[in-house]
Amino acid sequence: MDFAGALSADHLKFLADGFWVTLSIAFISILLSFIIGILLGTLRYAQIPVVSRVVAIYVETIRNMPLLLIIFFTFFALPEVGIKLTVTQAAITALTVFESAMLAEIVRGGLNSIDKGQIEAARSSGLTYIQTLWHIVMPQALRRMVPPIVSQFISLLKDTSLCVIIALPEFMHNAQIIYAQNVNYIIPIFILVAFMYFIVNYALSLVARRLESRQA
Amino acid sequence: MIDFSILIDHFDTYLEGFKNTILASIIGLIGSFIIGVIIAVMRIAPIKPFNWIGTAYVEFIRNIPLLIIAFFFYVGLPAVGIQLNGFVAGTIALAIYTASFIAEAIRAGILSVPKGQMEAARSSGLTYLQAMKAVILPQAIKIVIPPIGNQFINLVKNSSILGIIAGLDLMYFGDIVSSHTFVTFDVYIFVGLFYLVLTIPLSYGVRYLERRLARSY
Repeated sequence: MDFAGALSADHLKFLADGFWVTLSIAFISILLSFIIGILLGTLRYAQIPVVSRVVAIYVETIRNMPLLLIIFFTFFALPEVGIKLTVTQAAITALTVFESAMLAEIVRGGLNSIDKGQIEAARSSGLTYIQTLWHIVMPQALRRMVPPIVSQFISLLKDTSLCVIIALPEFMHNAQIIYAQNVNYIIPIFILVAFMYFIVNYALSLVARRLESRQA
Repeated sequence: MIDFSILIDHFDTYLEGFKNTILASIIGLIGSFIIGVIIAVMRIAPIKPFNWIGTAYVEFIRNIPLLIIAFFFYVGLPAVGIQLNGFVAGTIALAIYTASFIAEAIRAGILSVPKGQMEAARSSGLTYLQAMKAVILPQAIKIVIPPIGNQFINLVKNSSILGIIAGLDLMYFGDIVSSHTFVTFDVYIFVGLFYLVLTIPLSYGVRYLERRLARSY
């Protein structure tokens, strides 16, 4: 094992670049997923005849697929039907498609947790259904959604590593490039990479727990 | 439109991958359940060093990517002279990773059994382990089954990482079919369908259990 060689300044810089890509791809994807997730979750919650059914089928299908397959498919299969994406675009698209289905369920769960009496009260005081959702149900539900969304972001940070299969220059991919040079680098790099993921995700999980206990 | 002749012509190849995906998932589930029970009991046992080990395991493993664990067994161990094939390395990684989530589910289940039960069992002469086995775990298991079911669904989906380390699963054989046919889109649509054949019934099963077990209280 060669700790000094594996963790040289150049290598650390290269790993830091990868870690930055992991963070930014995960962050962009969770933002996009949040917007789409709010939309899908609300549509499924609202029980609009055909629309909610279609959304439910979409959400269930995506949630029951491996993310790895979605990433692979987005980058390698979509070009066959004329949709060519760069590695970064494919990574963000695939992660967003998957995560938005996950967030849609969190949103729906948050909306469902609000007492139905509130909707009836709001409706009978003259608000339309949309106004009720927007002014009464959503603000309360959003607060309850925050801890599970932070947890989902932790999953996403971990799952971004699956983008190695499309050679996205993220943390895991850059780590692979370094340890491929020398067998003695493998274990030191693994230790460093695992600890970096651990520190960031553990800190986030403490935040999620804190938020959860404050609400309870 | 989607070319079904690919599915028909390469059905045996798909089936081989499908079998290995199921096999890895089942072995992974059994392994992660065993490790999960041990870790959960360690976390709540009245012995401090055990608590620390249990907590360290859960917090560390569930905050790192599964892929790192898989690479550790597939790439890392050969560096110190231990060779494992992709299927074995991937399945061990699945068991270790999923165990951290299952341990948390079991711990939550055990903690939901009122404390008085443990005290009553202990004062009627059972040892801690006997009380755990005969009194606490049988009650906890009901609460624990639905979350473990959800973890099993995740396990089936996560088993796709075997494809990255030549683990002979559905993803891997999908690659073989697509290199024979020079088609990717249709080939992986079928791979996706094979996964859905496993995960959709499991999802419905878990939801059914959730409702049934909720009623029994």
